[in-house]
Amino acid sequence: MIQEKVAQVTASGENPMLLSLRNVGKVFSNGVTALSKVDLAIREGDFLSLLGPSGCGKSTALRLIAGLSTPTSGQLDWRGSIDRSNIGFVFQEPTLLPWASVFDNVWLPLRLKGVSRAGAGPAVMKMLSRVHLTGFENAVPRELSGGMKMRVSIARAMVTKPRILLMDEPFAALDEITRFKLNNDLLELWQDERFTVVFVTHSVFESVFLSSRVVVMAARPGRVHGELAVDAPYPRDEAFRTSPDYAALCRQASDVLVNAINSTAGSHHDGH
Amino acid sequence: MTATEDNVLKLDPEEARRVRQERLERIGKWVLPLAIMILAIWLWDRICIWNEIPQYILPRPGVVLQTLHDDAGLLFSSLLVTLRITFLSLLLAVIGGVGLAVLFAQSKWVEMSFFPFAIVLQVTPIVAIFPLINIYINNQTTKLLLCAWIVAFFPILSNTTLGLNSVDRNLRDLFKLNGATRWQQLRYLRLPAAMPYFLGGLKIAGGLSLIGAVVAEFVAGAQGQSSGLASRIIEAGYRLNAPRLFAALILISLTGILIFLVLSLVSHLILRRWHESALKQER
Repeated sequence: MIQEKVAQVTASGENPMLLSLRNVGKVFSNGVTALSKVDLAIREGDFLSLLGPSGCGKSTALRLIAGLSTPTSGQLDWRGSIDRSNIGFVFQEPTLLPWASVFDNVWLPLRLKGVSRAGAGPAVMKMLSRVHLTGFENAVPRELSGGMKMRVSIARAMVTKPRILLMDEPFAALDEITRFKLNNDLLELWQDERFTVVFVTHSVFESVFLSSRVVVMAARPGRVHGELAVDAPYPRDEAFRTSPDYAALCRQASDVLVNAINSTAGSHHDGH
Repeated sequence: MTATEDNVLKLDPEEARRVRQERLERIGKWVLPLAIMILAIWLWDRICIWNEIPQYILPRPGVVLQTLHDDAGLLFSSLLVTLRITFLSLLLAVIGGVGLAVLFAQSKWVEMSFFPFAIVLQVTPIVAIFPLINIYINNQTTKLLLCAWIVAFFPILSNTTLGLNSVDRNLRDLFKLNGATRWQQLRYLRLPAAMPYFLGGLKIAGGLSLIGAVVAEFVAGAQGQSSGLASRIIEAGYRLNAPRLFAALILISLTGILIFLVLSLVSHLILRRWHESALKQER
């Protein structure tokens, strides 16, 4: 078991580098330092979670990676050329076009690249079946449940076959049962297609269940506090969710998180 | 489906009361206003009789109806003239209002620079502007159109501008991420998002364009240059032909109501699948 874990880690460690953030900082115009001196290396095929309390800059980091915002200092180095079409983004809310059908919502990224409805058809339908929404292509978002809307959002992000999928607390607003189901389905998708995921969350349990790496962040200023390799093998299923391994990993992650939060409280105090 | 189940089910008193209440409200929605209207007309008729009011001051409803029938040719040809101005000005208000709103949406600077002009046009009473228009423009139709347009375009402009600017920020980011051009963002995101706002503005503008047309005719008609419904009213006023005056007035009101209903229907049909305003209340 131990041997296997080690093998798993080295295997992922050998994957080529996809993106490295070097000494990245972001200061907003109102003087708030959202990120300070962030160093982060993301490898191809990583499922990396950014875990931290609110205000630790995890969403800011995600927006920087997406290119929706530019860093104040430091730099982001992509391996090879990457443009925005290589990036999939899933927001906290489903963020669908309310007037458009499920099909049209998933078609949108392709449509913006000039792909016709007929041309996009196979890719859209395949993506819809991957997120278990076959038969719903003509529904409009308001006819769907919260979980289904999120599935559409994931299908839309994945329809362009991005190299990296950025997810900003995508399941935070869902009930637990739906969240577990979506976690399982997301992992299944990730294992089949082997894209890279950066997943922002404030849930210890979710981050440990999903990721191969958990990066814990601290607030004020937002920074990387520590990292935890989750070396449990994939596929992870419901059995893993109740295993002692999982519980132990959650405890470890939780300890790092508590440390991070305390470090913030301390530095805040020192500042006065 | 639930309704039939409700009927089969044995309802508790609260649910039964609710069902009864809903049925009553459904009927009352139509019957009540109709009944009040009929009562008012009846009362109008009675007041004429009881007080022996002469026809040239307040004609009985029956006489008005008779006039509507007898003068139909004259009144309806005038109505057509007014309707032509109304719809043309509404069309121009839509083109102008949406066009300007799209222009404003291209840049905050444009909006900041030109929106005040739109407000000046809106708040200055059209009756006060008309003498100027009368001096500068010779063509009668153009004159009326311009007046009605000034009155009607503002709600469309201001509502559409609001709509184009109230796009969800994440959706805007999504378009940016996918490398959408300015035109794509307008076509696939901002215009559809502005649709409910635009339709709200259109409903107001529909009524206003009729008002604008009639007011413009009034001012122009006072100078004996118009043949629309307003000039029929002025004419009838001079001749103390109260029945025709009332008949013309009723025609204008009915037209206004019809325009509102048609625009409401259009709005409902466009929004019914997705927008909150058009959805049935769900419990």
